Amino acid sequence: MKAKGREAPVTNNKTQQTGSRETRMPINQLRLGAVAAALALLAATSSPSFAQKKYDTGASDTEIKIGNIMPYSGPASAYGVIGKTEEAYFKKINAEGGINGRKINFISYDDGYSPPKTVEQARKLVESDEVLLIFNPLGTPPNTAIQKYMNQKKVPQLLVATGATKWNDPKNFPWTMGWQPNYQSESQIYAKYIMKEKPNAKIAILYQNDDYGKDYVKGLKDGLGAKAASMIVMEESYEVSQPTIDSSIVKMKATDADVFFNVTTPKFAAQAIKKMAEVGWKPLHILNNVSASVGTVMKPAGLENSQGIISSQYMKDPTDTQWKDDPGMKAWNEFLDKYYPEANRADGAVVYGYNVAQALVQILKQCGDDLTRENVMKQAANLKDFVPGGVLPGVKANTSPTDFAPISQLQLQRFKGETWELFGEILSGDVGG
Amino acid sequence: MELFVNQILAGISTGAIYACMALAVVMIYQAIDHLNFAQGEMAMFSTFISWQLMQWGVPYWWAFLLTIAISFAGGILIERLLFKPLAKAPVLTNVAGFIALFAIVNSVAGLIWDFTIKQYPTPFGSSPFLGSQLISTHQAGMIGVTLLMLVGLYLFFQFTRIGLAMRAAAALPESARLVGINTSWMIALGWGMASAIGAVAGILIAPVVFLEPNMMGGVLVYGFAAAVLGGLTSPLGAVVGGFLMGVFENLAGTYIPAVGNELKLPIALALIIIVLVFKPAGLFGRAIVKRV
Amino acid sequence: MSAAAEDAVTEAPAVEAVPKRAMTLGTGTSLAILAALLIAPLFVKNFIAFQMTMVMIYGIAVLALNILTGGSGQFSLGQSAFYALGAYTSAVLMENANVNYALTLPIAGLVSFGAGYLFGKPALRLSGIYLALATFALAVAMPQFLKLHFFESWTGGVQGLVVMKPDAPFGLPLSQDKWLYYFTLAITVAIYIGSINLLRSRSGRAFMSIRDNEIAASAMGVDVAKYKTLAFGVSAGITGIAGGLSAIVVAFVAPDSYTINLAISLFLGMVVGGVGWLPGSFVGAAFIIFVPNIAESISKGLSGAVFGVLLFIVIFLVPHGARQVAIAAQLLMGKLRK
Repeated sequence: MKAKGREAPVTNNKTQQTGSRETRMPINQLRLGAVAAALALLAATSSPSFAQKKYDTGASDTEIKIGNIMPYSGPASAYGVIGKTEEAYFKKINAEGGINGRKINFISYDDGYSPPKTVEQARKLVESDEVLLIFNPLGTPPNTAIQKYMNQKKVPQLLVATGATKWNDPKNFPWTMGWQPNYQSESQIYAKYIMKEKPNAKIAILYQNDDYGKDYVKGLKDGLGAKAASMIVMEESYEVSQPTIDSSIVKMKATDADVFFNVTTPKFAAQAIKKMAEVGWKPLHILNNVSASVGTVMKPAGLENSQGIISSQYMKDPTDTQWKDDPGMKAWNEFLDKYYPEANRADGAVVYGYNVAQALVQILKQCGDDLTRENVMKQAANLKDFVPGGVLPGVKANTSPTDFAPISQLQLQRFKGETWELFGEILSGDVGG
Repeated sequence: MELFVNQILAGISTGAIYACMALAVVMIYQAIDHLNFAQGEMAMFSTFISWQLMQWGVPYWWAFLLTIAISFAGGILIERLLFKPLAKAPVLTNVAGFIALFAIVNSVAGLIWDFTIKQYPTPFGSSPFLGSQLISTHQAGMIGVTLLMLVGLYLFFQFTRIGLAMRAAAALPESARLVGINTSWMIALGWGMASAIGAVAGILIAPVVFLEPNMMGGVLVYGFAAAVLGGLTSPLGAVVGGFLMGVFENLAGTYIPAVGNELKLPIALALIIIVLVFKPAGLFGRAIVKRV
Repeated sequence: MSAAAEDAVTEAPAVEAVPKRAMTLGTGTSLAILAALLIAPLFVKNFIAFQMTMVMIYGIAVLALNILTGGSGQFSLGQSAFYALGAYTSAVLMENANVNYALTLPIAGLVSFGAGYLFGKPALRLSGIYLALATFALAVAMPQFLKLHFFESWTGGVQGLVVMKPDAPFGLPLSQDKWLYYFTLAITVAIYIGSINLLRSRSGRAFMSIRDNEIAASAMGVDVAKYKTLAFGVSAGITGIAGGLSAIVVAFVAPDSYTINLAISLFLGMVVGGVGWLPGSFVGAAFIIFVPNIAESISKGLSGAVFGVLLFIVIFLVPHGARQVAIAAQLLMGKLRK
């Protein structure tokens, strides 16, 4: 795997890359792509009445059936909020008249983060509820479990909620598409930062012993290249079932590492920040964006302990005061007031669900009256500079027939006072699938 | 060497968490003669109640006392409503009941307080204790409270009428009834006390691991293991078991090459099983002679 | 601990004595159910066939636990570990060694039998809560073993392993799901009949004598150690076959599929079906598959709580599980005949 955007990062490099990739494609496909793009443009700008109405299972004149699978129960139940936010957002869309006159019928099932259950639920959605597509199912193992099935059945598995790299593989899995920047490319951004700031760093890594943690470690090693072996002095893992990670912090402090790469989920991130302050270990602290939240990590861990932490982000942190008057976040707040008042506004998952639901609505709008599964995938692969309400200024969702990773931009940030200070340019860290 | 000492100290401070929970486990075992899988969740719920009280402006110590009272009453209520009707059902059916209770408490807490972590205050502060950066004043305070509870429980079971009655009711219900002990209420009382001790454990643990609905899942496993290691009939054993467990685990994670860290829980559990093979009643437990 | 229970004469033993005849269904009922199962797939969608297949697979695993607990009186919270072992054995053989899926099952069974037998050795010294903790430790450790980096090239590590789903052989006009349904049904029937015969055999009687009173059994000359480890091995082996089947039917294995939650589900399945009543295993399996779905359809945010409440209702109404319902039905039938 090689980073594609290794040269100087450019704000808009995604679209440029797309262009150069298309030239490598056979002529007939290129034409098809161009026609599709033109159609989509038309569909997006003018009323879509020109096209003939075409439907696959799950779509009709009045309704679009969308399936979804979330861990509402079990060890990952904290993420169930994403599904609830999406449901609330589609309620809002329906109340405002639906998509091109069609109401969204959102059917969301619980898999408890257990892959065999995911398979059962996905099959129920496709074969029994007869949905048009499955949108934003959560977790790498659950999505891996259904990927082959979805592609055999030719049902879109759209905007999956995981940061693994493997979702951007349109050649082998043309019916599966990712959503967020992947873990490995985020890690590579940190690697570049470390190489620049501390070329002789001694790095200690703490990571969760699962697919998510291992992807981050791999990304960092790839990013550091040949120097990885000499720079990384300790790789320490933890299990989610552990009550604390205190002993790992003690162990890492003993290595005298001067860079700490913290690949943990919010609870453990807060524990680490607090314990580091207690034992007086003050390395350059790089925290993965999974836990880069002022309200749910920094505040519980102590703001004074969190100063100077480096992270990166593509979403706006709802607990960061700098977005108080931001129009996107204002709209988000109004939406929550009306459709999801019990939501916890400190929870980044609520912004996540809001963004990704907006992206689906955009795709379905682009589909116009051609609600076939094929056209859904075609339109999903045709997002051009789409900006959901909860992403950082400058971050845009872009896709093409060869690029199934909608958001792949991030910006570095440093924690100062009570807020994240963004610095540097918006970076693209595309890792090819 | 410094790392070794540090890991032992870190182990003791984590061990205090396990010891706390193990005490609650021993308490319920003394009362009902088996383990309650929902105990960790009940402790978590109690901790949330105290947090909520503090959010409403109740001062720390008042919230602490109120929570203990509420938990005590809640424990009795749960026993009367849910487990008394199952008293005649097979033991395994009771275990299924614990699992159901676990699911209910966890899910209700998640709905009321959601899953983001909450900061929980400590009355002891979190500055270094006696100049050592490895044990904070909170952890020292936690060890202190655990030892206090241990002494209290010991006195209760050895010297008070109710304590003795409770042990009798759990061990030999038939004979206990013959000497006029109301065994049914002894069980309810045991639930209440276990729930109150669990609340104290939760309140002490929350500042370290942060408050959230899944905070006790891992702790309970260690609490069970510690109690079993120390001997389920011995509060002292449970506390010693808790500290041993914490130290064990850290040393295994640090010094067993290659797999140590990824498998430190399994290694610790395997060690316990080895101990049990040689001392089936645990380190401090009373061995019971079998009769036909 | 169980020693204390044995001391107290009035206290119910951990596992009730179930006479061996009461462990099964009558021949007529069994044949009627089998006939229904044989023709059912002709009328249902593939998805329903898949769900029924899953019920049978979990049913086999619950049955295996029933042989251990209901048969020999040993308690286990570690069945998910043997299930995982079977699943990974099948998956690794199919994907890395191109072994035919049907042939992987006996191997999965043997590997799990071996693991269970070996585990049963030290577990001999433990009973009641101590055995529960030991088996629980096994269930907690298994996913962590599966993640270990040495095995990663075979197991796919944390990412898991995608398995090819087999087509119907000999050009049979059956969909993959329906073929696997019949394939699983055949194995289920074989295991069910085998288990009944096992419990009726000399070994089965030895199991039950240990369950009812270990000391008395050993006084009568039953080799307690041998039969206890044997019960562990057989139970693990059958669970392993169920695991292997699940790998084939679900077409994916990952450490996250075999957590302690699976062991707890299987345990609940046994209690709901009735400890010691083999046909109840399948009722219990249906419970653990369908009741969570019902719970979530009632409330998403509270699906766990609804599931807990439903479980409480069931154990309040029938503390002895589906067996109690069956016995009541039998009594009622008897009365009607008179």
